[in-house]
Amino acid sequence: MNTSSRKAIRNRSIGDYLVQAVVVGALLLLLAWLAANTIDNLRLRGITVGFDFLSREARFSISDTVLPYSPADTFAWAFLVGLCNTLFLSAIVAVASTLLGFCVALGRRSSHPLSNLISTIFVDTVRNIPVLVLLLFVYSLIIFELPDPVTARVWHGFFLNNRGFYGPALSWIGSGLHWSFPHMGHFNIDGGWIVSPELAAAVAGLTIYSTAFSAEIIRGGIDAVYKGQWEAGRALGLADKQVLRLVILPQALRVIVPPMTSQYVIIVKNSTLALMVGYAEINFVTSTTINQTGQAVEGTAILMTVFLVISLMASWLMNILNRRYVLVEH
Amino acid sequence: MRPSSCIIAGLSIAVLTLIGGCSPHGSRTNQDGIGGTLAAVRSRGYVSCGASQGTIGFSAPNSQGYWLGLDVDVCRAVAAAVLGDKNKARFLPLTGAQRLTALQTGQIDLIARTLTWTLSRDANGVNFTLPNFYDYVGFLVRKDHNAAKAADLKNASVCVQTGSTIEVTLADVSRRENLGLRPVIFDSVEGSRQAFFSGRCDALITDASALTSVRAVLSKNAADYVIVPADNQIEALTPAVRHGDDHWFDIVKFSIAALIDAEQLGITQKNVDDMLKSSDPDVRRFLGVEKGNGKALGLSEDWAYQVIKQVGNYGEVYNRNVGDDSALKIPRGLNRLQRDGGLMVPIPFN
Repeated sequence: MNTSSRKAIRNRSIGDYLVQAVVVGALLLLLAWLAANTIDNLRLRGITVGFDFLSREARFSISDTVLPYSPADTFAWAFLVGLCNTLFLSAIVAVASTLLGFCVALGRRSSHPLSNLISTIFVDTVRNIPVLVLLLFVYSLIIFELPDPVTARVWHGFFLNNRGFYGPALSWIGSGLHWSFPHMGHFNIDGGWIVSPELAAAVAGLTIYSTAFSAEIIRGGIDAVYKGQWEAGRALGLADKQVLRLVILPQALRVIVPPMTSQYVIIVKNSTLALMVGYAEINFVTSTTINQTGQAVEGTAILMTVFLVISLMASWLMNILNRRYVLVEH
Repeated sequence: MRPSSCIIAGLSIAVLTLIGGCSPHGSRTNQDGIGGTLAAVRSRGYVSCGASQGTIGFSAPNSQGYWLGLDVDVCRAVAAAVLGDKNKARFLPLTGAQRLTALQTGQIDLIARTLTWTLSRDANGVNFTLPNFYDYVGFLVRKDHNAAKAADLKNASVCVQTGSTIEVTLADVSRRENLGLRPVIFDSVEGSRQAFFSGRCDALITDASALTSVRAVLSKNAADYVIVPADNQIEALTPAVRHGDDHWFDIVKFSIAALIDAEQLGITQKNVDDMLKSSDPDVRRFLGVEKGNGKALGLSEDWAYQVIKQVGNYGEVYNRNVGDDSALKIPRGLNRLQRDGGLMVPIPFN
């Protein structure tokens, strides 16, 4: 390469940087103008602006929290509690739907006609039902079809009724570990551990829905591996299970991982619908906070930031995973 | 520079110019938008009101889609006062969480939607006019639980709707009396009601008036349920407007006052035409026979006459929507006129 062409490249890259800087600058200015305009308008409407409210006492209840919470805690803590509930729900749904999705995908690729048919019907039905309808349906099943706590039967310390699923829990009381057994109180079953109908409905509804999509992604990944790989594996004397585990899946994963990333992000976003069946997550905390304080812009900004961060984190983690599975193509 | 870079650079400059040119103009339009609600309503031809998603007696459409209710009639009174026609009102069903934002952003002109007057709401961009209903928070409980007061509900599950002051009341009652109430929280009114009647909760908490409506409409046998007061506080349900337009604030305030004053003066929907011939100076001023009030508010002189002629006085509105002539049959109680022992105070129309 001669000097003049090197110079030309350097000039061109300086020009490119300049253009990019101008575009970024313009974008920032636009955002700043939008922010200033919004704050201006809020002031005109007599709405206080800022995040000061976060340190005030929240005063509302949140049920089913992963982190300890009481109405005497601050709005900031309430947001964190809501976020943890969101992550908790999403994590369960992500793991469960991946495992189930894998089973359904294998079912669809199975030579057994019955498992094939069932898997196909499952995927085609569930994918065409709106997720909200599915959630409400599961929740109605639980609260209307299960018996009430008074008539429900007990099975070795386990209760299942329309107030939830209860079981005995080990807890530290006084000097040592004791079993705490659920028992009927005046209104509710007290003691032991509980899975509330709201959490159960949210997990079941979202898992069923996400399983259908995960199954299709995984099936697509398996299909993407050239048929010859199966034949080669078998020729080496491997059983079909071994071929799947040792030959097919490692190659399928590089097709599966990128769309699965979006699938996990979608699960986190869909978890905001859990509010419709009474499961309190960050969307619930946000809308309640907005109503109690009137800080609509701030509340929505927090919600958007949280989801942006979660999505970026998910993509980042999955990219690391992806790099491990990428094969150098010849 | 390559051609594409030139285009991007040109675009950026264009955007920058646009921003520079826009901002002063933008804020000017907004100032116009905040004031001048009356002018906006007149040119639009209807009043835009925030309503509930269906609270029978307060705001709910009937089978023909015509909105009825105590809150709806406040909005119709404003339409009659401002536009001379109670039907020039449109209703936007809003959830508890949407309603304040809808008002603050100018989507609606006023909100009459069982909205409780509180300091934090009032301080945050909302102006409360005059209470059109005094209420208290209660628990709806099945009679066989034998609960007479909140303290009898220890460890009970309580269905509650988000986006209201009720959530805070519930948490406060539970903390104050150490009841360990277990809230089951829903985003929609239907969600909380459905869960209560399925037996998921032992109690449903909300305004007693709404509970009366729920009990009358949704339960198989209304007599199987009782309403237990949650605390000894009164909630003033008050239609509200947004900050920044004092003129509109006055108009809405006096449209509500007109309903109450008419009852005090004995003016009804039926006798309002005869009352035009009355010699009572208060009645004559009220109905605009003696001119002045209309001009002061920037309305036609017969605005209060139109309100009563088309909507009726407060007593009539109450009975028709929530009182004896309705399915709810909520006793007048605190909502009687002050002279009868209630909290409704007539404001002088002079």
